[in-house]
Amino acid sequence: MAKKHNNVLPGFNLSLGFTIFYLSLIVLIPLSAAFIKTSSLSLHEFWVAVASPRVVASYKLTFGASLIGASINALFGLLTAWVLTRYTFPGKRIIDAMVDLPFALPTAVAGIALTAIYAPNGWIGSLLAPHGIKVAFTPLGVVIALTFIGLPFVVRTVQPVLEDLEAETEEAAASLGANRWQTFTKIIFPAIAPALLTGFSLAFARAIGEYGSVIFIAGNMPMVSEITPLIIITKLEQYDYAGATAVAVVMLIISFLLLLAINGLQWWSSRRNASAI
Amino acid sequence: MSGISTTQFSKYSARVAKSRATSEPVWVRWALIATTLLFLSLFLFMPLAAVFSEALRKGFYTYITALADADALSAMKLTFIAALIAVPLNLVFGVAAAWAIAKFEFKGKSILITLIDLPFAVSPVIAGLIYVLIFGLQGWFGQWLSDHDMKVIFAIPGIVLATIFVTFPFVARELIPLMQAQGKDEEEAALVLGASGWQILWRVTLPNIKWGLLYGVILTNARAMGEFGAVSVVSGHIRGMTNTLPLHVEILYNEYNYAAAFAVASVLALLALVTLVLKSIVEWYAARSARAVEKN
Repeated sequence: MAKKHNNVLPGFNLSLGFTIFYLSLIVLIPLSAAFIKTSSLSLHEFWVAVASPRVVASYKLTFGASLIGASINALFGLLTAWVLTRYTFPGKRIIDAMVDLPFALPTAVAGIALTAIYAPNGWIGSLLAPHGIKVAFTPLGVVIALTFIGLPFVVRTVQPVLEDLEAETEEAAASLGANRWQTFTKIIFPAIAPALLTGFSLAFARAIGEYGSVIFIAGNMPMVSEITPLIIITKLEQYDYAGATAVAVVMLIISFLLLLAINGLQWWSSRRNASAI
Repeated sequence: MSGISTTQFSKYSARVAKSRATSEPVWVRWALIATTLLFLSLFLFMPLAAVFSEALRKGFYTYITALADADALSAMKLTFIAALIAVPLNLVFGVAAAWAIAKFEFKGKSILITLIDLPFAVSPVIAGLIYVLIFGLQGWFGQWLSDHDMKVIFAIPGIVLATIFVTFPFVARELIPLMQAQGKDEEEAALVLGASGWQILWRVTLPNIKWGLLYGVILTNARAMGEFGAVSVVSGHIRGMTNTLPLHVEILYNEYNYAAAFAVASVLALLALVTLVLKSIVEWYAARSARAVEKN
């Protein structure tokens, strides 16, 4: 396995051995337990567990809300990254640091804070309630929570690409008669598109698995505002370990596919950037 | 005199033309800044403000009482214990993984990097579930553990394991690209000068990666202290025993004890703010030392 060439540095076997040992112990063997547990189910039992109407409704909500949340983040994340790299305004450095808040703030805290704001008697909820708009305890609340937790991804993937963008190409476009909007759509956007797509996928992947921030604001009504991770918890609490694991395996497979897609995207964008230089 | 002013004017007009061509009109600029600030206020600043405002709503005395509560203190202790075990273990793993991946060539390297990232892609709830399948009463080792009067699930070891899982990739992810960029020239030079492997690690590699390492530790610690989903599955929510701070927030909230829930939440929010400040400081130092390296 070790193709050392003429590498003289020590510690290869020790470091790789420990890495694989620790990875297997903490991640690989426990994850395989989910697949082994599910293989004890018959195909019919598996289907009943993962495709009952209540579970299917939770997939629709989880994926739908994650998609909307990630799209909101793609739009506003791009805008935030743009404003932070291109413009100067007072408090910019604090804003820049604060973008990472959703990474640092425990999800349960985010969940109860968002619920407090969007509940019918909350700061924003009380403004919306007279117009008949309910956010907390509806699927809309799920979207709000998933938008919050995915916020940093697009900003942090697009920002470095925008910073590295050469001014010359934009100047060339301008000197050739392009207006600012044309320069953005034809020159800048294609350059940041891979990073934007990567950030979107990261936010989407994170949103699908999210639990802590959602359960407080969702209301958790079966068929309406119940997310898939909550279905797993509910099945566990009813000691339906096989059913919980079957739903988990469906989510795991989807997550793995997303991870592969994200890695492919990053490979594509780094190759594009490398060829541009 | 007039010559100078003409050149100055043409310089000025050139600058104006340039800034018009490669930047936006002032009103567009301010509209974009305003939209961004509105979005970030709604999604970042308002939730943060809500935590502190709700926490102090019933007055400072209620706030302090909620924090000095025995269950809150024991939750705090458990949160620190979990982080204190998870962070060093993942730190050692991160250095080992980055050493193998950055300093050597081997088959399957990109698969290994993807596998290290795996815990990021797994829902926290599933992270908890897989340990229940192994160590729970009906799990692989459940019978053996109960025969020997040991508990992992609904006990502290399960909480620690779940915390290790969800924070698994942070340090490795920071160090791998950093050490790949630094190459191995310095380590090889140290080797030629007669340093042993451990001497190279302590005297050459670790000083070179200290900011990346610290950055990874800060991220790991923040996630370890704040993890909710994974820990919630394995904890069993036994007050005063297997409750971490985020779980304690949930329990208080579900008991409609909002003031206390937000009081405990405000401690976690403060920790998050401290994390962001430390992170910014480390980023600043890392950028400075990177510039110093470039100059040399």
